[in-house]
Amino acid sequence: MRLMNQIPARPGAVALAMLPFILVLAAYAIGSEIRLTANPSDKLLPAPGTIWDTAVRLFTEPDRRSQDILLWKDTFASLARLMGGVVISATIALIIGMAIGLLPYARSGLSGFVAVLSMVPPLALLPILFIVFGLGEVSKVVLIVIGITPFMTRDLSQRVLDIPREQFVKAQTLGASTWVVALNVVLPQLLPRLISNIRLSLGSAWLFLIAAEAVASNVGLGYRIFLVRRYLAMDVILTYVIWITLLAFVIDWLLKTLSRKAFPWMEAGL
Amino acid sequence: MSFVDVSNVWQAYGDRSILERVNVTVDEGEFISIVGASGCGKSTFLRMLLAEETPKKGTIRIDGGEPAVEPNLERGVVFQRYSVFPHLTVRENLIAGEGFKTPWGRLFGTARRAAVERADEMLERIGLNHVAEQYPAALSGGMQQRLAIGQALTAKPRVLLLDEPFGALDPGTRLKMHDFLQELRAETNMTVFMVTHDLEEGFKLGDRCLVFDKPRWDPHDPGRYGATITYDFDARNNGIPFQTTKENENVVHTATA
Repeated sequence: MRLMNQIPARPGAVALAMLPFILVLAAYAIGSEIRLTANPSDKLLPAPGTIWDTAVRLFTEPDRRSQDILLWKDTFASLARLMGGVVISATIALIIGMAIGLLPYARSGLSGFVAVLSMVPPLALLPILFIVFGLGEVSKVVLIVIGITPFMTRDLSQRVLDIPREQFVKAQTLGASTWVVALNVVLPQLLPRLISNIRLSLGSAWLFLIAAEAVASNVGLGYRIFLVRRYLAMDVILTYVIWITLLAFVIDWLLKTLSRKAFPWMEAGL
Repeated sequence: MSFVDVSNVWQAYGDRSILERVNVTVDEGEFISIVGASGCGKSTFLRMLLAEETPKKGTIRIDGGEPAVEPNLERGVVFQRYSVFPHLTVRENLIAGEGFKTPWGRLFGTARRAAVERADEMLERIGLNHVAEQYPAALSGGMQQRLAIGQALTAKPRVLLLDEPFGALDPGTRLKMHDFLQELRAETNMTVFMVTHDLEEGFKLGDRCLVFDKPRWDPHDPGRYGATITYDFDARNNGIPFQTTKENENVVHTATA
């Protein structure tokens, strides 16, 4: 039988899915073991047990000076910035994307501009944002917005253009105005696209968030990682990295579930 | 006064002529089949009837009105595919036939309840009441087309345009759809234009059968001349006792420029 036709059975598939995780963990544990036998005070690859202890401490013990549990404070600060940036971007992208996709005048006026805008490297604008918006929350949210809005707008306008022409004609023969077509034909079909679009953009959003926090901040996940880097606190950094990964994964899963629940018609054909 | 009046219509895309000198008048309640080879402009003609395109020259009037510049309530349409809205259930698709003309595209309160009632009547008529809550993607091709026809009729158009409506269906379903369409016609007596590439279907359903073809042909420049109506058959009783040819010049493949 050809390799391309061989399908793993259910338990085998689960084991295969676990395998890369186990391999990476094992490789780390072995590497850490080798380094720590050579030098017990080595900081580069802390033992998995050490990371676990650090993680428990970070999640439960308050900071001695401020009496806050810093990890949770960082998490809420970062998530607030992330959500703010993504919600603003999604709103702008939805409105402009729909206009570009539906209205030839908006398409002529804006699509070239958005295409050029999406080529501007957002991180290169970061100094400008800090100068203009200061070092507070605004500049971080704006960086996320600048970073992901053009891409989202281009994608959404393309999705509008992908809606079959027949549907627009049909809606017009039922007496729909441009506004009714936008509201009742385009928007409902665009919302699931918007969610998958947000899922794709979240990766970049995290990138821009951590970059902005690393450069200038006093709280946030990215800030903390770059702060403890000075002390070579690999156990803290690794805990934060795993935590961010977990957060990103959960957000992605929530969006996927929301999309499935909210738009049953997308899967009705399957 | 004829109901639909197509007078001296020309259409071209760039240098490529598609249609030329198309003249036809249609009475209210007539069923017109439009046949012709691929690329002969029959779909272009339907798009112009639909006012999705405007002709380069000439006018198309319905009931003596002004030529339309965009699709409107006077014209109902069913395409080969994508004619129904995938994000609305079967019942909502029919309600949309009434709701889309309101400022917000939705009906509220008593108006909505009345529309739901009418939608359920239509569901009964098109035989889809058992799938009222389902989305179009879960329906078979024939059911989707029945829904599309029902939706178009809900808006009460003056002319119904069908663009190869049964082209994607299997032969058995197609025959059932013919019966369905003939029943609907007997009830409503609508004016219908149907583009098809199935001659038999055209003669079976139509009162008249228009054939599009190019009367002039330039072998060095195929896009130079457009197609026009070369035959206008009386198709009642499958066209057997009524055939008349209406062309007044040489018909096909005259190689002279």
